[in-house]
Amino acid sequence: MTIPVASTVRHRAEVGEQRGVRAEMPWWEVTAAPIDPAVLRRRVEGPGNGAVSLFLGVVRNVNEGRRVRAVEYEAYGEMASEELGRIVAEAAAVAGTDQVAAVHRVGRLGVGEASMAVAVSSPHRADAFAGARHVIEEIKRRLPIWKREHYVDGRSEWLSGTDPTTAAARAPEAPS
Amino acid sequence: MSLLRGPPGRLKVTVLLFASYRELVGAESLTVSLPRSTTVGTLLAELRRRGGGWARLPTAPAVAVNRSYSRDATELADGDEVALIPPVAGG
Repeated sequence: MTIPVASTVRHRAEVGEQRGVRAEMPWWEVTAAPIDPAVLRRRVEGPGNGAVSLFLGVVRNVNEGRRVRAVEYEAYGEMASEELGRIVAEAAAVAGTDQVAAVHRVGRLGVGEASMAVAVSSPHRADAFAGARHVIEEIKRRLPIWKREHYVDGRSEWLSGTDPTTAAARAPEAPS
Repeated sequence: MSLLRGPPGRLKVTVLLFASYRELVGAESLTVSLPRSTTVGTLLAELRRRGGGWARLPTAPAVAVNRSYSRDATELADGDEVALIPPVAGG
């Protein structure tokens, strides 16, 4: 039997470019554009906030003993954006503030480039740390994004990851 | 013309594949015609029966229906988007 292959690849469209910059918070984006941490930090500014937690995930030059030259991130674009939206909403509940901003990159990244970033601001540091921690942990657990490592020796491999449905069964109930 | 509406008694779903699963199967998107009342689990079994790369997929891959993680028992509706989700590795 012939398997018809649809002509569209809209599920891998760059959703971030359609979303544009919004004033509403929390803010999030899945994008091919390089991440500017200073811009993300400014999104969560507020005069009543004494703490800003800013976390970056960065491509490193070695993994399990193999020298890495680049990492290629592929996303299920539409779902990754929706799921990241759910994650930042949960983080806002965890931190007790809507001042949460998160971004995940797709495409090919070199060593040292940021693959994701999250910024949370709040009156005190504990909430800012907790909100940022929630975002990175949940991204790793369930965001539909995959990475292929390209090694210095010319080979490349999809990294083994986490089954998001198995992980969901173990996770505590998300705040509603 | 939309391919997403099946004849009476049948339903059509779009199956999406990503990353290692896309390379294993050699396709990133296809439409599948199924009897009404088909579940996610039945669809997975029908895909595995196609052989080749399909047969080498895990027996119980993670699945998202219309961009939410789903379970084998979920009943599919005409026009659903069913994504087979390899273990995720974002961050």
